[in-house]
Amino acid sequence: MVVQGITGREGAFHAARCKEYGTTVVGGVTPGKGGTTHEGFSVWNTVEESVTAEGANCALIFVPAAAAADAIMESATAGVPLVVCITEGIPVADMVRVKHYLAQTPTRLIGPNCPGVITPGEAKVGIMPGHIHKAGPVGVVSRSGTLTYEVVGQLTGRGIGQSSCVGIGGDPVNGTSFVDVLGLFADDPGTEAIMLIGEIGGTAEEDAAAFIQRRVKKPVVAFICGQTAPPGRRMGHAGAIIAGGKGTAAEKMAALEKAGATLVRSPADMGATVAKVLGK
Amino acid sequence: MKIHEYQAKALLREAGVPVPNGEVAGSPADAKVVAARVGGKVVVKAQVHAGGRGKAGGIKLADGATEAEAAAKQILGMRLRTPQTPPEGLEVRSVLIEEASAIERELYLSITLDRGRSAHVVMASQAGGMEIEDVAARTPEKILREWAHPALGLADFQARRLAFGLGLAGDQVKQGVGLIKNLFAFYLAKDCSLAEINPLVVTGDGRVLALDAKLTFDDNALYRHAELVALRDVREEDPLDVEASKYGLNYIKLDGTVGCMVNGAGLAMATMDIVKLAGGEPANFLDVGGGASPEQIENAFRILSSDPSVKAVFINVFGGILRVDRLAEGVIAAVKKLGLKLPVVLRAEGTNVELGKKMLAESGLSLMMADDMGDGARKVVALAKGAK
Repeated sequence: MVVQGITGREGAFHAARCKEYGTTVVGGVTPGKGGTTHEGFSVWNTVEESVTAEGANCALIFVPAAAAADAIMESATAGVPLVVCITEGIPVADMVRVKHYLAQTPTRLIGPNCPGVITPGEAKVGIMPGHIHKAGPVGVVSRSGTLTYEVVGQLTGRGIGQSSCVGIGGDPVNGTSFVDVLGLFADDPGTEAIMLIGEIGGTAEEDAAAFIQRRVKKPVVAFICGQTAPPGRRMGHAGAIIAGGKGTAAEKMAALEKAGATLVRSPADMGATVAKVLGK
Repeated sequence: MKIHEYQAKALLREAGVPVPNGEVAGSPADAKVVAARVGGKVVVKAQVHAGGRGKAGGIKLADGATEAEAAAKQILGMRLRTPQTPPEGLEVRSVLIEEASAIERELYLSITLDRGRSAHVVMASQAGGMEIEDVAARTPEKILREWAHPALGLADFQARRLAFGLGLAGDQVKQGVGLIKNLFAFYLAKDCSLAEINPLVVTGDGRVLALDAKLTFDDNALYRHAELVALRDVREEDPLDVEASKYGLNYIKLDGTVGCMVNGAGLAMATMDIVKLAGGEPANFLDVGGGASPEQIENAFRILSSDPSVKAVFINVFGGILRVDRLAEGVIAAVKKLGLKLPVVLRAEGTNVELGKKMLAESGLSLMMADDMGDGARKVVALAKGAK
């Protein structure tokens, strides 16, 4: 893993946490600071140099919002197959262009505005607290960061581990969708059940519901936050908004329930519901 | 970010999107002067950040300057209540005085993001003047859509297709195509999240005009548009929301009695949901983020507790990054400075959680610990109800 923006406030801190967790961190990139070391990490001027020197095949981005779209395209162009973007606040128009650019490359983008990805006991590429996780059979996919920690805490507290946890991010245009991750979990022999955490705004949950109905045979438990959110207001995440009466929690819950997912009404019951579908 | 119609029209005029002649006025006397300058019949339109103004009595026709002055007198200072305003309405502080156009046809045109396709979409309809959501629900076939290419933008043939689809003919096609292309260029250049012209009209003398204009901008892109930031009218926003935005806090005031302080947008929404499920009503949405400083927490706590309807506060944090001791420091500072007596329920997981809990317990704050989210919600709702 290479960290873009490693000399920033969060870059080196999280690079070290990922390394402690078991991720192979080869260093970081900060244009203009190449050739130096920062808190023990090698620094390059370009992502391409890190790929040539150390074979980086995963990038974690902390670059500020104004430059983050460019950072994503830099990694994709350098041939990095997995790019995880933590940065919050990237203009939507920039992401529209990035998404189009990525479609011409084999790179998978996770995020932006997300906590990243963790496979408990193996590696983490993100900012989630590693210690709350435990290896096990539940795949977690979510648009929210701390709410993911909440469900992981509830699962681990009951002795139920996770196969992987993927935060797809809270922006209206993102790289990897619920459908993409559901497909991966459906095919993953280590995943027995899936916990999906959605929120108001857009139609990603409805798309997920259609995919679940068509393709996913494993049990899916779903929670949608923002059941009490007022329409027309952006609830923290750029993508969390009920616009023109569309994107409500009620619509999403109905679609998922119809597709055969087990709906959780209270966020306090997420772990218990997963335990139930697993027969634990 | 939203702006007023008169500001939107000034921007559009500059961008080559034809709008009626008109100017803004802040007093009846100004209105008279402007109306005389515009000449003939004019429309006097209340300027607030909400639609549905006509039905609420915020738009009046006036024949000449004296009538315009009288209409402005009625509209200025009124609290306009529409389905899009807060229940108490919005005070009208200015009016737009515009030439009254002889309208032959009312059309609809807008540009926004299609999230499902990750592309900008231009929508047009012959059913102008109506709420587009209603048109979409009842007669979706009446809405035309053209998706712009992410890199190349809107092609000429797409603009032509929309213009013909709107039933424009003769010279109006050329006008319509120009207007659509200019509006799209403006939408991209200014990072709009919505550019809506409803209605787009064809006048009796064959002009194609944006009779109304609603523009909202992507907050994430405002850093590169100082000229747009200057147009923000904070008087149209809730004062507590504005205060919170000064400290980089995501705060939205709601109508309930349970103040909520949470880290992370999803957890903050889920906390509102669970308060409601426990029989209470959330007083606000508040996401303090992952890297909040004690100062930010102090301001957040001050803002949420300055809402007089708040009877109890629920702090719900699950942090890897957020340090609970820092949170405690901020809360204690706020409570000491303001002499607050509000009961607080704390549910915290994360770094330095024991230290943070100890600091809060020893601070003299009326504090109750919760084991988990559900327990916390039950406790805080009971406290909020008991305090009534």
